[in-house]
Amino acid sequence: MSATLYGLLGAALVGIGLFGLLVRPSHLLRILSFNLLGGGVFLVFGAVARRGAGAGLPGDPVPQALVLTGIVVAFAATALAVMLLLRLSAESAKRPDPS
Amino acid sequence: MTGLLADLLIGAAILALAAGTVTARSAFTATAFFIAYGLLLALAWVRLGAVDIALTEAAISAGLSGLLLLGAASRLAACPVAEERAPGPVLKALIGLCCAAVSAAVGYAILSLPEPAPSLAEEAMAHLSVTALGNPVAGVLMSYRALDTLLEAAVVVLAVIGVWSLAPAGGWGGVPGPIHPRIEQGPLALLARLLPPIGIVVAFHILWVGSYAPGGKFQAAAILAAMWLLAWLAGLATPPRISSRRLRLAISAGTGLFLAIGMFGVLAEGAFLAYPPALTKALMLAVEFALAGSIAVALALLVMGPPEPEDRA
Amino acid sequence: MSLLLDTFTILAVLAGLFFFAAGTAGLLRFPDTSSRLHALTKADNLGLGLIVLGLLPQMGGVLPALKLLVIWGLALLAGATVGPLIARLARQEDAPP
Repeated sequence: MSATLYGLLGAALVGIGLFGLLVRPSHLLRILSFNLLGGGVFLVFGAVARRGAGAGLPGDPVPQALVLTGIVVAFAATALAVMLLLRLSAESAKRPDPS
Repeated sequence: MTGLLADLLIGAAILALAAGTVTARSAFTATAFFIAYGLLLALAWVRLGAVDIALTEAAISAGLSGLLLLGAASRLAACPVAEERAPGPVLKALIGLCCAAVSAAVGYAILSLPEPAPSLAEEAMAHLSVTALGNPVAGVLMSYRALDTLLEAAVVVLAVIGVWSLAPAGGWGGVPGPIHPRIEQGPLALLARLLPPIGIVVAFHILWVGSYAPGGKFQAAAILAAMWLLAWLAGLATPPRISSRRLRLAISAGTGLFLAIGMFGVLAEGAFLAYPPALTKALMLAVEFALAGSIAVALALLVMGPPEPEDRA
Repeated sequence: MSLLLDTFTILAVLAGLFFFAAGTAGLLRFPDTSSRLHALTKADNLGLGLIVLGLLPQMGGVLPALKLLVIWGLALLAGATVGPLIARLARQEDAPP
């Protein structure tokens, strides 16, 4: 039951994250939205893992381990995106906007 | 019944926080919502029986990402970047409809998952004794899907190289990130002196129990990185220059050792990343410890960012 | 004996929840940053303390109970340092909330 519930929550988070990514013009908010989307995908994995509970385990360890590596990779990608954005802001501070 | 109620409450709170993040007026508010979202997501992971993920989510997604994003939000508020125009109300509604459709499709997929659910739990447990580990998630990470873990460690190293390569002219080779003045008194100085010793002990505990209980290198690395960052924020620990050979070695040691052991498997057992049975535990522990150290350094450097030109100060 | 301990747990956790609820109400309703922080830290420390106290007899051992106490101590330390930091920042900015 809780697996389905969190799976549906993951589906909702995918939609919310996608919406923020497309609608908000702020770059930092887009990065945040992308992370929300990723969190939703991870939760879907988590729901699948939970349904695969067996052999005395609360969930299937294979998707769980994949989510674990996924979280670290998502953090690395977020850090790279944030640093790109900060560099962009440093550049635009140096040169006033031509428009 | 009470379990379902708890799930519903946690789920509703996560949804509200996600909606708050997306609709927040300022980036700072959105980040605050996002950190709370990460912490509640950790609770959701506990409810899903994935304590390993819960620890990682709280430490990395909420903790380190939170620090990174808050720092970015305050620096962006000081010198903002030109933004595109927001889409108009009609386009917004259309995008909303499409996103709702995506959600509905994913939700439908969740509801129509096959019954009984396919699972590798039985097999993972059946062969766990071979890996000399007691934690099935660690078994998957270190043995069954060791290749994924190796690639993931490599991605973190690449991300650090990517961040460093954003150093502006005159910054290459310097000290990473903005320089924080040394704080001698006040609450931050106290915390930065008091917490790291405790944090290091906790990190080693989590690293050690990871072989048979929830925990492991990622969680330990996140805590170690946080301790370094705390000392860095208080100006107590200046990171080494990125041209330092020792720093570069520290970042790549874990991945390098993992790769070397993988190649050793080719020679000894005839397959990449195959561990000789007698050495399984020793090799895995070596990789686990080396990766924890390297990932800790890499995670901290990702938050610190590229070096800044020396003359700016 | 176990009934007594269970009753103690329920009462202490309920009291803790009350402090959390009060703290949250304060956070939402109080007019400025300092009083909000006051409500939050007081309620959090006491609320978490009472919940930890209530859970102690349920831990089934001295070591797990000690871990719980350490967690409370760390939360106290974090609250005690972050509270003043935010208060300082709020005073520096001196902006009406």
